[in-house]
Amino acid sequence: MKQAPTHTTDTRSDADRYATLLEWGTRVGLFALIVSFAVNLLEWFPPHVPLDVLPQVWGLPAKAFLEQTRTPTGWGWLALAFKEGDMANLIGIAVLAGCSLPPLLALVPFYWRRKDRTYAVMCAAIAMVLVLAASGVLTGGH
Amino acid sequence: MKSANLPASPIKTQLIYLLATFVLMLAAGPAMAADGSVAPQGMPWWFWPLALFLTCFLIGIIAVPAGIGGGTLFVPIIGGFFPFHLDFVRGAGLLVALASALAAAPTLLRGGLSSLRLALPLALLASISSIAGALLGLALPASVIQTALGLIVLGIVALMLMSKKSEFPNVEKPDRLSSALGIHGVFTDGASGQSINWHVHRTPVGLVLFLAIGVMAGMFGIGAGWANVPALNLLMGVPLKVSAGTSGLVLSLVDSSAAWVYINRGAVLPMVAVPSVVGMMLGARIGARLLHVLKGSVIRKMVITLLLFAGLRALLKGLGLWV
Repeated sequence: MKQAPTHTTDTRSDADRYATLLEWGTRVGLFALIVSFAVNLLEWFPPHVPLDVLPQVWGLPAKAFLEQTRTPTGWGWLALAFKEGDMANLIGIAVLAGCSLPPLLALVPFYWRRKDRTYAVMCAAIAMVLVLAASGVLTGGH
Repeated sequence: MKSANLPASPIKTQLIYLLATFVLMLAAGPAMAADGSVAPQGMPWWFWPLALFLTCFLIGIIAVPAGIGGGTLFVPIIGGFFPFHLDFVRGAGLLVALASALAAAPTLLRGGLSSLRLALPLALLASISSIAGALLGLALPASVIQTALGLIVLGIVALMLMSKKSEFPNVEKPDRLSSALGIHGVFTDGASGQSINWHVHRTPVGLVLFLAIGVMAGMFGIGAGWANVPALNLLMGVPLKVSAGTSGLVLSLVDSSAAWVYINRGAVLPMVAVPSVVGMMLGARIGARLLHVLKGSVIRKMVITLLLFAGLRALLKGLGLWV
């Protein structure tokens, strides 16, 4: 006998909207991650840190690794992303790390129109935290 | 169990991506070896990323039937037995937990196993504190983090052995904050066909607890499902399945914030992160399909043993007793 679906009912339309945008963001992120990894692995662009040198530096703390390999911090990698394979790989990682942002922003006007101001502000606040974390302002990445 | 409910077409698409990477790695290894590049330990450079991929694939298979997030196993095992610095392992661990949470969240939301109204307030506080945790984790010496990680992992083992779960906790009266925020829902359990109105209580305490959970998630990169579910279920009175589903949604936001700290600080090494993410996701898909074949209790005991060993290894490594 087919089992009934397990579900909870609160406000389904906001959940559906969030789910659709998050699903697409994740798909794009995973696709970008794998394509950029192929670029890195097959050395279509020369890597910033040569692959045969990696084992000598991946045991170092991040700070020492950056100094030794002269790898940029913050968003500095973006300038090298279309020249160096390992930097290109960070595109996929960045898309994946940022794919919650569009669904959160989409919920702000949705909740606002429904006079659910608390949740509209909450979504905006989480989006702001994500943007601040990504910008490097909070983290000293620049 | 969650993954088993995924619609067929996205699974097929993702499996194609994942298999493509697997084949790519297997093909690229010998090709790269041909240039004679060999790591100092006598292994070619591609040995460790390939071993990482296979290890994560196995972790992914057992993590689903064991009912824990792959990130919880990832950091202690990879940090303890692979040559990568703990900074890169934690950065990759966050991405592993993030990718798993992102892949599951849409299905859980649509299936009603995840509540946005419950997740958003908790995620707001935990996201902020996860940034603080990540900054703290990257500032402290690796030995301190390794020791603390060992203690946390041993604590998780104790939690797994002792914690009782309540399928449908009894909430006599929702607290004022949860009532004001409208945090409630109707949960229909597919297994029993039972519909249950759920409410939450002790919301202020829950919010404070999620602040602490965020710090740990950011500091250790181990995800936080192991802490989220008991906090939601046992403390706040959320039904177990809604707790597990909502935990994934909270994780997808909390780990994003923390992951950005690691990315900005250069602590995400693609050669460590990508094989881990892909291996774990591929393994989790297989694990979800093996749910009906494997005996959950046996896998759970195996995972507890594995965690106990990895936790002791992390603790002893941190204390300099087993380097």
